[in-house]
Amino acid sequence: MDRMPRWADLVLIPVISLLLAAVISGLVILAIGHNPLEALGIMVSGSVGSTYGWGYTLYYATNFMFTGLAVAVANHARLFNIGGEGQAVIGGLGVALVALYIPWPHWSLALLGSIAASALFGAAWAAIPAILQAKRGSHIVITTIMFNFIAAALLNYLLVGPLKPTGTMETATAPFPEATHIPSFRDMFSFGETILFRGTPANLAFFLAVLLCLLVWLLIWKTRLGYEIRAFGFSEGAARYAGIGSTKIIVVTMLISGALAGMMAVNNTLGEAERLILNAVEGAGFIGIAVALMGRSHPLGVFLASILFGILYQGGGELQFALGIPREMIVVIQALVIMFTGALDNMVRMPLERLFARRRPAPAPVAPPGPTLHPPGRPAAPTNPGTAATE
Amino acid sequence: MTSAVQSQTQSQGQSQGQSQATPAIELRGISKAFGPVQANKDISIRVMPGTIHGIIGENGAGKSTLMSILYGFYHADSGEILIDGRPTRIPDSQAAIRAGIGMVFQHFKLVENFTVLENVVLGAEDSGLLRPSLARARSELRRLAQDYELEVDPDAVIEEIGVGFQQRVEILKALYRKADILILDEPTGVLTPPEADHLFRILRNLREQGKTIILITHKLREIMEITDTVSVMRRGEMTATVRTADTSPAQLAELMVGRKVLLQVDKAPAHPGAPVLEVENLRVTDAKGVERLKGVSLAVRAGEILGIAGVAGNGQSELLQVLGGTMRATGAVRLNGRPLDLSGREDARDRRAAGIGHVPEDRQTQGLILDFAAWENVALGYHDREAYTNGPMMDQAAMKADTADKMQRFDVRPPNPLLAAKNFSGGNQQKIVVAREIESGPALLLIGQPTRGVDIGAIEFIHKQIVALRDQGKAILLVSVELDEILSLSDRIAVMFDGRIMGERLAGQTDAGELGLLMAGITEGAR
Repeated sequence: MDRMPRWADLVLIPVISLLLAAVISGLVILAIGHNPLEALGIMVSGSVGSTYGWGYTLYYATNFMFTGLAVAVANHARLFNIGGEGQAVIGGLGVALVALYIPWPHWSLALLGSIAASALFGAAWAAIPAILQAKRGSHIVITTIMFNFIAAALLNYLLVGPLKPTGTMETATAPFPEATHIPSFRDMFSFGETILFRGTPANLAFFLAVLLCLLVWLLIWKTRLGYEIRAFGFSEGAARYAGIGSTKIIVVTMLISGALAGMMAVNNTLGEAERLILNAVEGAGFIGIAVALMGRSHPLGVFLASILFGILYQGGGELQFALGIPREMIVVIQALVIMFTGALDNMVRMPLERLFARRRPAPAPVAPPGPTLHPPGRPAAPTNPGTAATE
Repeated sequence: MTSAVQSQTQSQGQSQGQSQATPAIELRGISKAFGPVQANKDISIRVMPGTIHGIIGENGAGKSTLMSILYGFYHADSGEILIDGRPTRIPDSQAAIRAGIGMVFQHFKLVENFTVLENVVLGAEDSGLLRPSLARARSELRRLAQDYELEVDPDAVIEEIGVGFQQRVEILKALYRKADILILDEPTGVLTPPEADHLFRILRNLREQGKTIILITHKLREIMEITDTVSVMRRGEMTATVRTADTSPAQLAELMVGRKVLLQVDKAPAHPGAPVLEVENLRVTDAKGVERLKGVSLAVRAGEILGIAGVAGNGQSELLQVLGGTMRATGAVRLNGRPLDLSGREDARDRRAAGIGHVPEDRQTQGLILDFAAWENVALGYHDREAYTNGPMMDQAAMKADTADKMQRFDVRPPNPLLAAKNFSGGNQQKIVVAREIESGPALLLIGQPTRGVDIGAIEFIHKQIVALRDQGKAILLVSVELDEILSLSDRIAVMFDGRIMGERLAGQTDAGELGLLMAGITEGAR
């Protein structure tokens, strides 16, 4: 039985969790001798107060959208893909190879090539744990974690060896050719004399991420494959009974998941760095887990949670710059948000459910049949009508 | 036993001839509403000490709510609880235990990887140190085992013992906590007939020692067999309390449902045609190397119902799963003369395409996805059929319309295709599964435990649908652990024991006694 309206589940709980995280963060900031309200003001204005701030916020958010979607898709098949980090690293390798070694005539073709290569590389990196899970029962959580390390080590090797241009000390590939540079927000949104998003990394890949949110939503709730993925995720026994093969679902879902994580490289490698550097992913693969958790594995939720984490990332950076609050404290604030929105979900949920149960009649444990099961005047999903019945 | 027929509402209290005795439990005017749903309406009941009191009613009648109030899970909106004549407040289950009430839930609440002893002690430890508690529990268990035929190996791990034993552990837990009043919620739902018999022996022993037992069930047979007094609930109200000896199954059924119910299936003689399903020498070995099917051969013809009788766990499940395409086997199976692949290359989808419909034994873990809406469940297994698809997309409008149509024809309540499957009662869930499988137009319908956990009204409906499908000339393979169901529905009966078919009988030429012997693996004495 749904214990409370969907809007409460999707909106109210995250908002309350965020407020709690904000209060605790405020206390932390107070404890190290700064004014929490001033800090909040700096975070907000630094992240969303200017096109400069937005240019960074949306850049980070784009990264999190890719990895968040990757985790979300796998979640629907009850597969916990912790390997987004490694898949994004290997996706970067794919981008670097096609950008460096194929002479692209125009950035649009380079973009398409990079999308394909990053998706393919990311998917391939996810495929091995997927096949091990499907055929051998090796737990996907363990194998994907291990593949993060392997990916990092592999990239390390390549960037100090084969891919490093001779004569440099830096662990990075050569810069990608001019023809592979995709438009940044500055290129797209500046008119004549007005320069917007000056010096910021946000780029075309943001729109790719938004498009992928939409495609993932279609995939999960509108296609037969999505139906099979969800069926498998909810009940393996019922899936087998329905003739939905577990091997196929595990492998296909992980390929999609890996491809999504891999495509993050279009943003950070092709769009921003314009060469492949070490540590380019910067933990975005793990933030993606928090994003998917907070977004309830729904693309719209992932989108919103990504923006929020983008704000936290960028606002946190500004805080460090303006008040000299150490970087570690900013990580603490981010961790508080993750903890309250993800891990401590039930702390908010359970009192709230009780509140709703008292206000609005919950049905008896043995549900009496009849129209009472569906109280009138409560639309199933005010936030997202398309998924009302399916989630 | 005192006088015979009495007015229904005043008849309890005399079963031991002690009309002046104080009731062990008395509920006075208990009401409980969940918003607009009145789960319990002004319920009064007196349960006399040393009796077995049955509470019967359909799913959703309010039995579980009433017992949850008694056990402190819910608080009554109004009304009074008296234990041994004293008004008692029961704010939580701790208070219920202190008041001497023990509850055995339908779904056991045991720690799977703990031993029996540890489970019994859990939550009732004497001190911070475990050893003395365990020692005391061990000797106490030995005493209880002797007194009540409640033998369980105290050192066995829960997940390694059968459900019958697990249930005994639940009873032991209650007795260890000094319960004088034992509430059992649908205790036989998970038990095989011999296990149920053993349970009833235990309950009789408990009654002889003066314990009071409340038995919640929707099975009329159990009420008739073991209770002294029975209360009937319908739609939140207590419609009658009668002495069991003074009533009949038909009368109870009518009181439960509120109308006359056909307990017997009304069907014309079968007109079997050509064989639809032919099974030869089917063998299955499970992952542990145990042979589950040991050369099963049978045939089902068009227009007949072949019932497979047997105690659960004798290979019936495996037979259904092999035919349904979710388990590998060796041997030969032909459907309308065409061989089916048993090696695992064909899955359940291929079986459906070949014309096999399958109502699985467990609708909660196989037949339905409880978190899916009704319309998504109606498509389960058929989601790639042309009528439901639009290229790679699902044709959701068509699926929902089709679901609404099926819900109407199969009387699924509430007829709302958007409602999640978990929000339907057991009977309505089963109707969704049956509607899906029958309406797919199968040549052969496999149907396992069609009425497990289903209320009487829905049983009648589902049985009618099965007979109607037979009369359309379809072949039906029925597996049920309810011998009554097998006897009343089948045209032919095969009995399974230990992975083999022990014998086949025509339904009109056998009886429960003969089948019972075959179910126990005894062929001598059976005709």
